[in-house]
Amino acid sequence: MLAIGLGHYLFVAAIVFTFGVFGIFLNRKNVIVILMCVELMLLSVNINLVAFSVFQGNVVGQVFAMLVLTVAAAEAAIGLAILVAYFRVRGTIEVEDISAMKG
Amino acid sequence: MVLQAIAFYVFAAVTIGAAAMVVTSRNPVYSVLFLILAFFNAAALFVLIGAEFIAMILVIVYVGAVAVLFLFVVMMLDINLARIREGFLRYLPVGALIGIVLAAEILFGVGVLGSAPGTVKTLSRAGAQVLSVENTRAIGRVLYTQYFYIFQAAGVVLLVAMIGAIVLTLRRRPGVRRQRVSEQLYRPKEQAISVVKVPTRGGV
Repeated sequence: MLAIGLGHYLFVAAIVFTFGVFGIFLNRKNVIVILMCVELMLLSVNINLVAFSVFQGNVVGQVFAMLVLTVAAAEAAIGLAILVAYFRVRGTIEVEDISAMKG
Repeated sequence: MVLQAIAFYVFAAVTIGAAAMVVTSRNPVYSVLFLILAFFNAAALFVLIGAEFIAMILVIVYVGAVAVLFLFVVMMLDINLARIREGFLRYLPVGALIGIVLAAEILFGVGVLGSAPGTVKTLSRAGAQVLSVENTRAIGRVLYTQYFYIFQAAGVVLLVAMIGAIVLTLRRRPGVRRQRVSEQLYRPKEQAISVVKVPTRGGV
């Protein structure tokens, strides 16, 4: 219990990931919160990568975590830019209204 | 040892609590603030395990850039809170059910609950490995040699994201006067000045 092992970190990551998925179900209308949930899921993936990297004594996992961070930052920037452009046109950001392009 | 364990449990509990509040809080601004809290505590967890560089990058990139970007957007768009909250209770049961099932699957899968698979058990028993050089130097040694092209590709990803965000949000408003320096500089003499013959006592 006192010795913090790999399992503890995996537990935290699993719970955070689950909250991310849960949030996507819960906030079906709010795109911003959905984007935040995606960020939470990426954070949990990072926790997993770093934990395995440290417990294996192999630094490559941390390099990969950095790449995940890069992609997460790019995704947030593009997602929010799309959101701003959409809000300018429609005046709302509800997810259910975004099906307007459906044929 | 005891202190480290206490710190781990505190940071882990705050991380999980903040993640829960991100999902359930009523106002998106509070969600962003709880997201920042979750990232800070995750960074503290990384420091505890000995991955200082990733922890600092997490604070700088996420708290400094991404979360502030979220905060800007949340405050810039004026969102109808009442409409955005519709259906919250309707989706709660199915979301909770799927969440519980998913959490149970992951926890049993990695062996945190039940019997652990061989790798997790062995690695956990081995404890955190101490590298011979410090963390940042160890990352730099592989990042700039073995993974150099991937590092460059990450830079390209960021560049494309930056250009894409600018292209998506840039707009020319019709009624706004802007300074266009190149047009001013390339204006020929004929457009810029004109010689006017002023009659005596007439004025211009």
